Amino acid sequence: MIIATELSKKYGENIVLNIESLEIPKGQAFGLVGNNGAGKTTYFNLLLDLIKPTTGNVFNNEIQVNKSEDWKPFTAAFIDESFLIGYLTPEEYFYFIGELRGMNKADIDTFLAQFTEIFNDEILGGKKYLRDLSKGNQKKAGIVAALIGNPEVIVLDEPFANLDPTTQIRLKKLLRDLTKNSKATILISSHDLGHVTEVCERIVVLDKGNIVKDIKTSEETLKELEAYFSV
Amino acid sequence: MIKHFLNFEWKQFFRSSYWQKSIALNILLGFFALYMILSFLVLGVAIYPLLKKEYPESDPLIIVNGFLFYWFLADLVMRFFLQKLPVMNVKPFLVLPLKRSKIVNYVLQKSALSFFNFLPLFAVIPFGVVLIFEDYSLTTALIWMLTMVVFSLIINFVNFIIESKSAETELSFLPIIVIATALFALNYFEIVSFSKLVASAMNAITENPFLVTVPILVLIGVYLANFSILKQKLYIDSSLKAKTEIANTSNLEWTKKFGSIAPFLQLDLKLLWRNKRPRSSIFILAIGLLYGLFFYPNPMYSDLEWLYVFVGVFVTGIFMINFGQFIPAWDSGYYKLLMSQNIKYKEYLNSKYTLMIMVSIIMFVLSIPYVYFGWKILAVHFAALIYNLGINVYILLYAGSFNRKKIDLTQRAAFNYQGTGAVQWLVGFPLLFIPVGIFLIPYFTIGFEAAVATLIILGVIGIVFHQKIMSSIVKKYHSSKYKMISAFEQNN
Repeated sequence: MIIATELSKKYGENIVLNIESLEIPKGQAFGLVGNNGAGKTTYFNLLLDLIKPTTGNVFNNEIQVNKSEDWKPFTAAFIDESFLIGYLTPEEYFYFIGELRGMNKADIDTFLAQFTEIFNDEILGGKKYLRDLSKGNQKKAGIVAALIGNPEVIVLDEPFANLDPTTQIRLKKLLRDLTKNSKATILISSHDLGHVTEVCERIVVLDKGNIVKDIKTSEETLKELEAYFSV
Repeated sequence: MIKHFLNFEWKQFFRSSYWQKSIALNILLGFFALYMILSFLVLGVAIYPLLKKEYPESDPLIIVNGFLFYWFLADLVMRFFLQKLPVMNVKPFLVLPLKRSKIVNYVLQKSALSFFNFLPLFAVIPFGVVLIFEDYSLTTALIWMLTMVVFSLIINFVNFIIESKSAETELSFLPIIVIATALFALNYFEIVSFSKLVASAMNAITENPFLVTVPILVLIGVYLANFSILKQKLYIDSSLKAKTEIANTSNLEWTKKFGSIAPFLQLDLKLLWRNKRPRSSIFILAIGLLYGLFFYPNPMYSDLEWLYVFVGVFVTGIFMINFGQFIPAWDSGYYKLLMSQNIKYKEYLNSKYTLMIMVSIIMFVLSIPYVYFGWKILAVHFAALIYNLGINVYILLYAGSFNRKKIDLTQRAAFNYQGTGAVQWLVGFPLLFIPVGIFLIPYFTIGFEAAVATLIILGVIGIVFHQKIMSSIVKKYHSSKYKMISAFEQNN
């Protein structure tokens, strides 16, 4: 589904990402871990064509992302709060995203019904604009918006950060169900090794832009990762 | 500490990506400043001999003092619209071991160093020097100059109060207009003759130098008032933290008629209505509409047909100029979303285009009553409308692809008076004056009708080639996409 070849990004002399080849097959739950500056967000930004690669290319479903925009209809992402439109209410935001993805209001309303638990009455129906929600609630809205319209590729940067414990557990369940029940390819990054190992079937460790580990998740994965990072 | 503050601002200014883009604009501003300085110098040197020649009987100083009220009033209004208040991001400093009063004093004292406080000196000092040469006593001249400086600082701080108060309200420029008009009217109808009051006060001060302590005390009073207002704002729960508005949702179903651009159009309308800064560009429409009344009823201008072009472009294009020059910066806060969502640049830009031309057409319709002052005005307004729709709108959209300055819609906190400055108006100059130039050439060589036709034809050409022009603009946006994304990610 997603293939990166000879992909690198340099800022001046500083190499922030250097991936010889990385292939993520369709339907995989893919996790990216690494310390600050490892290149996780850079990789996502390249995948979404938000920055220009220094060398190499990213192909999303055989479409080269910086050549054509045809990957946009089946790809959704939530990277940070700048993916939210602050002056809209959460509903309006969902409707807007829905409209871009060819769903009408009724579709969105049924879609949103399954998130009642996660929203915990704090997001829908409140007379608040997105800019006035707390960081955690903003994140919830952003993640849910990324799921609108059954995208085939879902990119979530640090989805667990800022969320309360209950929502973290619910989100984990949600993501697991999503990979089980649909063919969606999910890419997440996280600093929480426990969460990624629970959700992802494959985990790639980045260090200073390079892939240093590529693990198929198993019982021992968490220990292996902890051992790696506790240096 | 002051050293650090200055250092931070220096860095903030030069490390922003805006700086690199706006050198040309800075140079233009520099020329504007130079022009003002020269005009004031000429005024300062020439006014004494001129008055002496015209009114040999009376004392020029007394006459000048008689006009000071208007000078002060104009100074206040000009400052409100052109002077930028010092902006400072104070939140990071609040928890540092720093006295709050130090922060406030710094902000206030910095405002005293504004260009607008030095500008009057270029007229005041030459006039004072002339006074000395004309055998006024040295103390009279010096005291007069000192008083003028004190008054100019008083106006500076009064403007600070007005501006920081009115920035919190909806119609940010309404208070100053009301205050200025009220003062002017009271004076004009001689209910309270401020000009006489100011004149006699000035005369008294020059005669009795000790009275200069009165304006100085007023200055200290205004400074302290400012100080206490600002100090109260330095708590994150009072004003640094944005107030939560109650959301009102609306459907805007009628936009559905516009097809694929409907979602963006809805978004733009909400953008305009729900954020303070773009909202002000709606209220400016009213001013724009009434702008013609400055000129048309006045017989002095009735023969200047080229002036109709200026007014026409202004009236039908004021929204374009105000809103269009910040495309796509209005959406800078969520530009990454737009770029990664299922959105075509073409639809996005077409929505902005549609919004701008709709408002222009509405403004033209509303300005039809100007036909009362002559059919020629209507004809020129129509030509100006077509010119706006066919030329100016594309210039603005194209220029938008060079936009690198983020607009932070969410920041409503104190100390943030983003975007109210001279620059905003300067950008409009070419849009307003190029059509006037285009009009003048056929006007003088052929005639009025030919000049009107020229504008219309140019506009129609633009409208006919809409698709072509738009696709080349879209290309331009595509090629600067990465630069825009990274610039919009920076704060300031």
